[in-house]
Amino acid sequence: MGNILFCGVGGQGILLASEITSFALIKAGLDIKKSEVHGMAQRGGSVVAHLKYGDKVYSPLIEPGAADIEVAFEMLESLRYLPYLNRESRVIVNTQKILPPSVTTGVEPYPDDVLAQLRGKGLAVFPVNAFEAARLAGETKAVNMILVGCLSAFLPVEAEVFRAVIKERVPERFMKANIEAFKQGREIIGNLLRAAG
Amino acid sequence: MGVITYISRFLVMKKRETSTKTTEKQLLSGNEAIALGAFESGVKVASAYPGTPSTEILENFCAYEGVYAEWAPNEKVALEVALGASFAGVRALATMKHVGLNVAADPLFTAAYTGVRGGLVIITADDPEMHSSQNEQDNRNYAFAAKVPMLEPSDPSEAKEFMKIAYRMSEEFDTPVLVRTTTRVAHVKGLVSPGKHEDSSVKAGIEKIPEKLVMLPSNARKRRVELEKRMARLREFAETFPENRIEWGDRKRGFITSGVSYLYVKEAFPDASVLKLGMAYPFPSGMIKDFASKVDEVFVVEELDPFIETHVKAMGVSCKGKELIPSYGELNAGIVRRAITGKAVETVFEPVPIPFRPPNLCPGCPHRGIFYAISKLNVFVAGDIGCYTLAALKPLSSMDSCVCMGASIGTAFGMEKALGKDALGKIVAVIGDSTFIHSGITGLIDIVYNRGFTTVIILDNRTTGMTGHQPNPSTGVTITGDISTLVDIEAICRAIGVKHVRTINPHEIEAAIKVLREEVERPEPSVIITKAPCVLVPEMKKRKDKTLFLVMPEKCAGCRTCLKLGCPAIEWVAVTPEEAKRLGYKEKQKGYSRINAVLCDGCGQCAPLCKFKAIVTAKKEGK
Repeated sequence: MGNILFCGVGGQGILLASEITSFALIKAGLDIKKSEVHGMAQRGGSVVAHLKYGDKVYSPLIEPGAADIEVAFEMLESLRYLPYLNRESRVIVNTQKILPPSVTTGVEPYPDDVLAQLRGKGLAVFPVNAFEAARLAGETKAVNMILVGCLSAFLPVEAEVFRAVIKERVPERFMKANIEAFKQGREIIGNLLRAAG
Repeated sequence: MGVITYISRFLVMKKRETSTKTTEKQLLSGNEAIALGAFESGVKVASAYPGTPSTEILENFCAYEGVYAEWAPNEKVALEVALGASFAGVRALATMKHVGLNVAADPLFTAAYTGVRGGLVIITADDPEMHSSQNEQDNRNYAFAAKVPMLEPSDPSEAKEFMKIAYRMSEEFDTPVLVRTTTRVAHVKGLVSPGKHEDSSVKAGIEKIPEKLVMLPSNARKRRVELEKRMARLREFAETFPENRIEWGDRKRGFITSGVSYLYVKEAFPDASVLKLGMAYPFPSGMIKDFASKVDEVFVVEELDPFIETHVKAMGVSCKGKELIPSYGELNAGIVRRAITGKAVETVFEPVPIPFRPPNLCPGCPHRGIFYAISKLNVFVAGDIGCYTLAALKPLSSMDSCVCMGASIGTAFGMEKALGKDALGKIVAVIGDSTFIHSGITGLIDIVYNRGFTTVIILDNRTTGMTGHQPNPSTGVTITGDISTLVDIEAICRAIGVKHVRTINPHEIEAAIKVLREEVERPEPSVIITKAPCVLVPEMKKRKDKTLFLVMPEKCAGCRTCLKLGCPAIEWVAVTPEEAKRLGYKEKQKGYSRINAVLCDGCGQCAPLCKFKAIVTAKKEGK
């Protein structure tokens, strides 16, 4: 049984990332439920998707304090869903910043200590410059696949299964960049894990 | 009405494989599963008005082979079309969000009398927590009030199966059947097994049966008696209906529940005894009494109203319900566990204060221009349902009421009549193109007929934006992308008798303010149509050559006027006195504006607002 919370800003490819992860878990023989809200959030607002997997999943919603892994597609968003985390949670954070309206209009600053705040809670934090990594992989829109690559290291699914799903689900013309982005993501998380010992 | 993803409409345009071609389990949302269930049930005609969380049902259903699907002007028409198809002996579907059923309630209540020929199912997609709705009414009450059976699936797999059951029930019991989902069924994805194709037991064709279909009082009185007999048969059916089932476990606690709440109960109390009601109405009273007698304590777990609880108590069964379970908002397993055991789960991490990220009008949105213009008028803005409701938020803050689809015009006119001549120049109604077609036209007729002067502003952005860009009658395109007759909003207004109808470009703010001033002061009915496409419609997204804008930092005086548009592309860069000096600014200048080239859509609304002419065009190849 596992709970993954995806969060970020509308338009970052969160739904596709959670979809690819869902298919990989299904291919590995697990039951899944994924909950998302197609709401006002789509107008540049905060977006969240709950993905639960296990032998048999009932509730589609992760309870507060019960997320095993948080995948934050935007740095600030990693803090917004803090009540879903517990001391054992792993947090994969894309260090990319997308400024909310109160910041762009100069009402308040973008917090400059997001990672420190997360670490201060004793959480295992994996900061990833996914935008830069995606650029190196040849497609800046593949930020989501970088993060799926990072996430995959923590799931009971072989990398091969993920690759097969990406090949099935991603349009031909984006395939190469997405497979490359997935590989980059795996490497980045591997390095972070080694560095953490 | 409400909101969804943009993607689906473009995905569904390619025809789907029929379900018979694959038997493999698919990962489907509740809405996709309902579409598949309708297709497998042999539904031939489906009609709907978009509304979150129901919209994707028709968007997916329309792509199946051999079906007819349409966006109707509103939910009442959608249900009438589906009812007519049923009269003609084919299986039919109408889908809507919860508040849509208010609009369709009129045909619903009498369709319960006529009954059906081909099976008729109505989806009501409720939105506890109001993720994208103006209220969170519990539409199970409609089943009771209209005397129509209601099924309530708890996940996508059940959603598909319940559709098939619903069509069989509809024809067997000669009744429309309501199927209720909530956001956490409609927008949850789970594994669904495709099944066998079924067909209606009825033969398509015209059949004249006035005693059944003509609800004159003399006929209706007879059908009223039939309706009672039908409900009695349905109550009996409910007792042995396999989807009303008991899962025996520990008998200390017995839960009665339905829909997604069942899943929360199973997660919170996996070992307890559960009576799951697949049919939300009518109730199997024998089964409920029997279940209650075999457990120590009965708990009813349901979102929103005490619907099951009230009926269970009326059966003389004592139970606990809303004194423990919240009667508003969504539930989850944690809330249910805490409510029943009284033990609060320890919160590991409290929320930390961080900047909000509210939804916003997109960069380049035409609504931003007209609402900025309206904000300069100092009028009461009676608003309506759509993306443009976001204009109520800061910094535009230019909407003063929003009630339901079409209400802007009626409420504005009511204010006019209440205040008389004092209201002249002080009130406007603002409504979107699709919303005007939905239920604004009748309000406008009221203004003209009853000699009002309220100015109505129709925001024509060539799409139904908030629900994810569905075409509507005023776009001249159908749900399947076919070209059709374009319903001309301007011609409608003139035909109603509005003499002053002006069409303006909402991106040109100064000109818009001038027109607005003239029309609101006019002591006669007037309509202003703002015409500019939504930036997310395909033809706008495909633009190759956009003229983007930038701020020349040396000219920016830091007056913040451009920030009042609330455009996500315009950013404020704060500077210290030293930096100000270095940049050649006056020492007291606190910062300057900057346009984010990645976000700018080139609408140009900001440039004329800058007194210092600091905002200029920056030619750049399109995205």
